[in-house]
Order: sequence, then structure tokens, then C-alpha cells
Amino acid sequence: MRIAQRRAAGPLFVAPFLLVFVLLFIGPLAYAAYLSLFQDRLVGGTSFVGLDNYVTAIQDPQLIRGIARVATFFVIQVPVMLALALLFALALDSGLLRLSRVVRLGIFVPYAVPSVVAALMWGYLYGPDYGPFAQLARTLDLPAPRFLSDGWMLGSLANIVTWEFVGYNMIILYAALRAIPPGLYEAAAVDGAGAWRIAWSIKLPALRPALLLTLVFSVIGSFQLFNEPRLLKDIAPNVIDSGYTANLYAYSLAFTSQQINYAAAVSFLLGLVIVIVSYAVLLTANRGRNV
Amino acid sequence: MTGRRSTPLTIAMLAALAYFLLPLFWLLVASTKGTQDLFTTFGLWFSDSPQLWANIRATLTHDDGVFVRWLVNTGIYAVSSALGAALLAAAGGYGFAKFRFRGDRVAFNLVLGAIMVPTTALAIPTYLLFAKVGLVNTPWAIILPSLVSPFGLYLMRVYAQDAVPDSVLEAARIDGAGEFQIFARIAMRLLAPGFVTVVLFTLVATWNNYFLPLIMLSDPSLYPVTVGLASWAAQAVGGGSGANSDMLAYVVTGSLLSVIPLVVAFLLLQRYWQSGLATGGVKQ
Repeated sequence: MRIAQRRAAGPLFVAPFLLVFVLLFIGPLAYAAYLSLFQDRLVGGTSFVGLDNYVTAIQDPQLIRGIARVATFFVIQVPVMLALALLFALALDSGLLRLSRVVRLGIFVPYAVPSVVAALMWGYLYGPDYGPFAQLARTLDLPAPRFLSDGWMLGSLANIVTWEFVGYNMIILYAALRAIPPGLYEAAAVDGAGAWRIAWSIKLPALRPALLLTLVFSVIGSFQLFNEPRLLKDIAPNVIDSGYTANLYAYSLAFTSQQINYAAAVSFLLGLVIVIVSYAVLLTANRGRNV
Repeated sequence: MTGRRSTPLTIAMLAALAYFLLPLFWLLVASTKGTQDLFTTFGLWFSDSPQLWANIRATLTHDDGVFVRWLVNTGIYAVSSALGAALLAAAGGYGFAKFRFRGDRVAFNLVLGAIMVPTTALAIPTYLLFAKVGLVNTPWAIILPSLVSPFGLYLMRVYAQDAVPDSVLEAARIDGAGEFQIFARIAMRLLAPGFVTVVLFTLVATWNNYFLPLIMLSDPSLYPVTVGLASWAAQAVGGGSGANSDMLAYVVTGSLLSVIPLVVAFLLLQRYWQSGLATGGVKQ
């Protein structure tokens, strides 16, 4: 009796989550997959077109440009962000720092700031007329930096995202460092290892799972970039168009041009790209290891 | 550690800190300025006629106090989503951690894979589905999708594995306690720190969410702060003169007001978010 009851209890505990998961996660995905197989034409109404939308999508220069842009963003922004996070985490963990509590909290605080507010703040700071950087440049008789110009925009966006998430990643890495048993350091010191050797041979290997976690989250974050470009679009409409990132493109397809079916195909495809890149990152990182 | 501290390292880290605090300092300074001073005085220092309280009052009363409405909406959306998601994740994580049953691995791996599906790619299909069943432009459109937290479930499973010892469960069973009783009376107490972590992260995620409410809501009285502020910001850019010229001051002061609650929550609960992140990052 007791064993039977115990067996039944497991499914009961996971059932509420799985029910909501199926309804609100699998459901929308399945619905998107279904919608993406149709086309809505002015003449003839909605008709089944098979994979036509996907064929169109993978040849759509707007979408390719959007995905290429977020891929570029990922390749440049993420290494900078994670390197900074790693550097800060190692510095905090070294015990060499004064005011370490203040530093740790201060670097983390931007994570608590909504990305809308972050984009608005940086948008004003970047401003070519009244932004403080432009003001400073004018006082010094220098040309004002053109943060919102075509050539600088991706870097300006990268700066906002870096500002928002360095602290978050730093805390994950810092927490992983704190979890290393101090006995390992003592043993290494007895063996004659210096601070750098300890960082390289003990700390970095112990950080692998945490680094992978931050990396996968960064893939997801970069490829679904939306909030920051959407808000800067208002102050730099000529630089950021409606297809600037893949997500912005899917959004404008669905809500500006009312191409629901095509938008479903595009967001489905974007989700697929992210899953594939995430898995590729995990596989590359785990190559030759038993995980 | 010993008392050996490095001054150069401290100075370097304080310089880094300045970068992270600069925009927030700007926000604080800008919130004390009138519309004229915002344009005519140096952005990173206070003007001669500070008017923080006047700005706050103007922001809170503009357009019949719609900003207060947005703050209340945000609070309702965030708290109900966070509590709901954390409860589902706690029960589910506990179930996956402490019971073996048919299909448990498949189900868990499916959820784990879902962590990689981006929320914004999911948002458009969810909108289309909700439009079909008439949930668009209601609070449910924001709360329901926020209840699914695959990462929350993952955290709670990892946490439950360590925090709830099997021996305690066995002892309770021998005493004749039912499984649900054991979960509610014993396991939930042991899971509390993990639970608070999931609450906190879902709270932040919902509080900061922009994409989902942007597409789901068309009625401004249902907006959360993020969508409301963005709509004000668009107006501030759109009309640089006349009635709209004060918009910029409202956006700035509103931003400051919307940042404070979360920053305070994080400072108060830092013990929890740190241990929570440790759980996610250390064990895999």
C-alpha cells in the first residue's frame, strides 16, 4: 500500500507544472508550427502551403540580415561580457579587495534595472545634443561621439547589454568560486603553486559548469535581442529599421504588416536557430569530456 | 584570508564600479531637474534649482495618475506570476528529485530543453493562441505565460535533491504522514531558500518584461510600468514642444521610481539570490 501510494505521488507533484507547461509552452509552439504551414492571401483566403513560408524565410534577405546582425553581436559582445564577469569574480574571490561587498552589489545592481529603463537611460546618455558625453566633448572642443550613428549602433547596443548583465554573470561565477573547497588551495600551496597557477589549474576548471550556464543564457539573450533596439529605434529611426534584429523583424511582421502566418514561421525558425546554437555551444565545450 | 589587501586592485574595481553606477547617477541627477534644466545644464551634475518632489508629484498625477495605475499593475502581475511559478516549480522540482516514476526522465529533459527556447520566440505564438481564446488584452495574458519557469523547475530540483534528505521523508512516512502532508509541512520548509530565489527571479523577470505586455495589451490602463514608460518616451521624442515638452521629465522621474523597488528588494534579499545562483551554476 505504502509503496503504491509513493509511486503515485511523484506524478501528482509534477502534474501541475507539466499541465501548465504543455498548455502554455508546447501549446503555443505547436500552434505556431501549425499556423506556419498556411498562407493568408487577399484572393482565395487562407490556404495550406506546406513549408512554403520556411522556404521564403530562409531566402528572406531581411531575416538573414537580422540573424547575421545578432550573430555578430553575440560573437563580439558575449566574450567581452563574460571576460569582464570572470575578471570581476576572480578579483572578488581573491580576498585582495577592499570594499568588496560594495563593489559586488554595485556591479550587480544594473541587473535589477528593467531593460526598458536601461535603454532609455543610455539613450539619453548617448544623445548627440544634450547627452553628457556630447556636452563634455563640446566643452573640450572635440567632435561629439556619434553613439547613435549607423557605424556605432551595434557597439552602443552591446554596451547597454554588457552594462545590464556583467553583474548577473559575475555573481554566478563568483558563487561557483566560493563553492570550491578551501582545502584544494592549501594542498596546491603546499605543492608550491602560486596565485596564478591556482587560478589556472583549480579555479578555471571548477568554473566550467557555471561558465557553460552563462554562455547558454547569453546565446538565448543575444539572439532574441529586442527591447534595447526597439527603444533606441525611437531616437534613431534612420539607423534601426524594422528588421534590425531577427526578433524585431518577427514582431513587425506580426503586428505591423499583419503577416501572422509568416511571423509564426519566422519566430519558430528563430527559436530553432537558438536551440541549435545553444546545443552547438554545449557540444563544442564538452567535446572530449564525459558529461 | 589574511589582511593582505591590494590598493591598485581596489582602485581598478572602483573605476569599474563607476561605470556601472554612472547611468543610475545620471538618472538621479536628471530626476531633480525641470524640463529646461534637462537641456541646458550639464547632465552629470545637479542644477541650481532642484525640484525632485515637484517632478515626482507631476509624474504621479500626469494623465489622471496613470503612472500609479502602471505601478499597481506591475506589482499585481509580478507578485502573482512569481508566487504561482515558484509554487509550480517547487512541487515539480520536489517530485522530480524525490520520486521515480515512468517517464520522469523524458519529462524532465523536455523541460530542460525548454530553457533554450527564447521567451520572445514563444511570445508571438502565445499571442496568436490567446487571441483565439479571447485572453488578449486581459491581465491573464501577462500572468499565465509567466507561470512556466523551466529554469525555476531545474533550480528547485537541484535544490530539493540536497535540501530534503531521504531519511527525513522516510521517518515521516513511518510516522504515517501522507505524501502531500510531508510536502506541505516538511519539504516546503526545507525548500524555503530555493523557493524565495525562484520567487525573486520570476518577480524580476515579470517586473522587467516588456515584449509580452507590449504585444498582449492595447489598453493603457492595463500596462505595466515598462510599456507605459516606453510609450511616454516615444511621445517625448515625437513632440519636442508644447504639451509634450514635459514628457521627458516624466520619463526620467518615472524611470527612477520604477527602479527603486527592485533595487531595494535585491539589497534586502541578497542572501537568497546568491545562494540561488550558486545552486544553478555549481551543480550540473
